[in-house]
Amino acid sequence: MKEFSADLHIHTVLSTCGSLEMSPRNIVRKALEEKLDIIGITDHNSTRQCREVCREASKAGITVYTGVEVTTKEEVHCLAFFETFDILDAFQEYLNRYLPDIMNHPNLFGYQVVVDEEENICYEEPKLLISAISQSISQVEVAVHQMGGLFIPAHIDRQKFSLTSQLGFVPPDLNADAFELSKNTSIEDFLKKFPYLRGKTFIRNSDAHQPEVIGSIRTRLRMENTGFNEFRKALQAKEGREVVV
Amino acid sequence: MKVREVAEKLGLTVISGAAGLDNEINEGYSSDLLSDVMGSAGSGDIWITLQTHKNVMAIASLKDLAAVILVKGFAPDPDMAEQSDEESIPVLGTSEDTFTINGRLYNLLKQ
Repeated sequence: MKEFSADLHIHTVLSTCGSLEMSPRNIVRKALEEKLDIIGITDHNSTRQCREVCREASKAGITVYTGVEVTTKEEVHCLAFFETFDILDAFQEYLNRYLPDIMNHPNLFGYQVVVDEEENICYEEPKLLISAISQSISQVEVAVHQMGGLFIPAHIDRQKFSLTSQLGFVPPDLNADAFELSKNTSIEDFLKKFPYLRGKTFIRNSDAHQPEVIGSIRTRLRMENTGFNEFRKALQAKEGREVVV
Repeated sequence: MKVREVAEKLGLTVISGAAGLDNEINEGYSSDLLSDVMGSAGSGDIWITLQTHKNVMAIASLKDLAAVILVKGFAPDPDMAEQSDEESIPVLGTSEDTFTINGRLYNLLKQ
């Protein structure tokens, strides 16, 4: 079993709040510098930059878990990861169906663009991606799992856009594969406030919107290799795979 | 004032939890952040929100609230309505927005 260093919550130039420096090339360059084995690409309500990051990362020998940070109807941010591009595209269709028709105003919110390997803009998302989709957290969880994905409520300790800020506490029947904590708390401190979550799997990531933040906090994964199923087993603490804290 | 009386005077629909219509209302509290309600609402408050998740009822029960008003025609998720019946904490509906129903409720409770 090996130990891999991962930062699983990284935004690209496609997220309005993401810096224009967050091109696939810059993200991979910084990930290399930080000696990350795995990065997760999780833009707000869109998966469209994942392919290019994968292309760039494969040249550098870095594994990408392709995903998205969904904003649910309750304005809870949740990470979702999918194994193949086909499934990712299917989930993109789900997002398209439920993202409201509110247009982005780049001068107010910033640009939402997809860039190619030459860093040319090849797509601009017209709809405002920071909107909430019209699906509840439970509906999103079911949709993600029906597609074989992994469902992880994001930065659940934060005072905004988190499971605890929006819903007061973690619903006992919520079927999460793990919970993410922000850089502002440790797992032990969090468990003092939410003791009923002891025994759950926690991950911590940077939620980077600027290159310099990538890798500032990591999730260490003990597993055979960086394959998606190994990741799933690590979150489930199965067959010797685990998240090392 | 009882929940029943408020529902009648403001023309609210009783969606669920009708067994709690005789609950006595103390004050009102408006918020869509459930953690804020958990921290700040008082016992006997009637809570105005647009959230329809079942955690609404868990918090209403924990804080011993009199009833919940859902604004803008929102309907509770099925498990929220179910828990409202179980806990006898009524969920009331209005097509009005939060500002309007707050104003009318304020005038009614403070008169």
